[in-house]
Amino acid sequence: MENFAIHIHESYLYGLPLSVVNLIVMFGAAFVVLLGFVAPFAGLLSFIERRIAARIQCRIGPNRVGPQGLLQFLADGVKSLFKEDLIPKVADKPLFIIAPYLVFLGMFTSFVVLPFSSQWIVADLNVGILYLFATAAITVVGLVMAGWGSGSKWSMLGGMRSAAQIISYEIPTGLAALTAILLAGSLSLQEIIAAQGPHPWQWYFFDNPFTFIAFFILFVALVAEGNRAPFDLPEAETELVSGYNTEYSGMRFLFFFFAEWAHLYVLGAILTTLFLGGWQVPESLLASVGAESIAARILELVFFQLKIYVLVFLVVQLRWTVPRVRMDQMMDMCWKYLVPIGFFCVAGVAIWMMLFPDGVSFVKYLLIAFSSAMVLYYFYKVYRNFKDSRAELELNPFV
Amino acid sequence: MSSGYFNNIKEATVSLFNGFAITLSNMFRKPVTLQYPDKTPRSVTDLMPERSRSWLKVEMPICTACLNCEKACPIDCIKITTEKDPSGRVMSGFDIDMAKCMYCGLCTEPCPTGAIHFIPEFERASFSLDQMISRFVPEGEKVVPYKVPKKDKDEEKNSAKEEAEDKAAEAEPDA
Ligand code: SF4
Ligand code: SF4
Repeated sequence: MENFAIHIHESYLYGLPLSVVNLIVMFGAAFVVLLGFVAPFAGLLSFIERRIAARIQCRIGPNRVGPQGLLQFLADGVKSLFKEDLIPKVADKPLFIIAPYLVFLGMFTSFVVLPFSSQWIVADLNVGILYLFATAAITVVGLVMAGWGSGSKWSMLGGMRSAAQIISYEIPTGLAALTAILLAGSLSLQEIIAAQGPHPWQWYFFDNPFTFIAFFILFVALVAEGNRAPFDLPEAETELVSGYNTEYSGMRFLFFFFAEWAHLYVLGAILTTLFLGGWQVPESLLASVGAESIAARILELVFFQLKIYVLVFLVVQLRWTVPRVRMDQMMDMCWKYLVPIGFFCVAGVAIWMMLFPDGVSFVKYLLIAFSSAMVLYYFYKVYRNFKDSRAELELNPFV
Repeated sequence: MSSGYFNNIKEATVSLFNGFAITLSNMFRKPVTLQYPDKTPRSVTDLMPERSRSWLKVEMPICTACLNCEKACPIDCIKITTEKDPSGRVMSGFDIDMAKCMYCGLCTEPCPTGAIHFIPEFERASFSLDQMISRFVPEGEKVVPYKVPKKDKDEEKNSAKEEAEDKAAEAEPDA
């Protein structure tokens, strides 16, 4: 990037000081990254979510814009661009205006440390996981600002709720992540992945019973942090109109949703990285395409994405499975259940590591067998439910 | 107390598990959505219920020009013009302004022959209000009203008599 900036400076903008050119190039790069990379990610997720939601409700979902409605998010984006940008009279203008950008910033800066493959990572920070949690905190500031700045009761309540929620759920998130950090002995996401292996019995998910539980705690806590259903209290439509984003319109409104979908992706990425072996690909497969080739990197990327999308699917499905919890239930769940169990897991992992520094394969296989049995039983139940409903089968997702 | 705590965890897990199994099984159902207007199995008008209330239609061959429907319409969207002609009374216009119509069906009730009725067709949106007026008498033409045959009249009289008797019976004080 430095070289690129110097090149630009020498050939086009030689009248300007180098630092200014640097700044321009930086903004340009950020622009390209946002538009070319993150926006399609969020857009694609919005498409996937809408289609899954539709099928669960026996609908079809968006399927008109582009092939199978894939470009629906672009249409929505363009529509939002042309909408009037309303600012309420009683709003606290500066706060109102910067709030969506802070939310956006908080979500998208986390993409910097996501390890897409063994070499494709923007910055492998040695405090990667802490950085992820820190950027999530910027989001809270944005949400509270949006709530306060709108000058409306609903927004205010939504903002307060989101603050309470995200701050509470940071604790179980941290505790659950700590189990993986303890095992890997590092805060860097790349090192945590490298410490695991491509096979399920090398994942931290199945390492011992405590990490097994910690995975679910992290899952629930991250869903809650992302303000997603069933924890979408800050934007509870039935009570708060739309919560902190009630007064927003146009592009600013869209930014909140961008952030929400980006968080969905980040959620999958964090869980995959910490517990499911990240981008690890079996060695034999890697050797067949050449371990150093670009194909190997792409293979790693695909593995990483696959795991993420399975988790994303579960989160989306969760949204249409359980109703929204009440505020006190949500707080109960965090402080009475997730936090104590999280502490229990951290202590358990620490003791486990002391007693069995090399892990116990028997326990790992037992956990894998148990999970497989549960998954099989799950599919059996799905089959039973489907049979009982006597509905027509339609497997093609592209109706 | 502590048993309640663990019970809660167990219940949450089990109910989530069951819930997920239900929603996933729903995903494999055939969607019920009708993709209006271009991807329906038959034309949409055919898919409408037979007695659905959409546009109004007048069967001109059996319209008696009695103006009952015009009088019944609460918002005056029916306009019938009649003229004297050497052959007798003729209709020179029968316009229904469907842009004003509220599909209440009050006009169909007093019609003695059932000439005015709803049809399932509804796709007649247009860009100007003029086009929303359905004209049943073509411009410049005249339509001779339907004369109810004698036999029918008798029947009508009979039915009128019956009605009168019914009413009389109703009016009698209940013992
Ligand atoms: S349906 Fe009602 S509003 Fe429409 S023409 Fe008949 S009486 Fe008038
Ligand atoms: S449509 Fe029926 S009610 Fe209206 S003028 Fe004709 S016969 Fe009379």
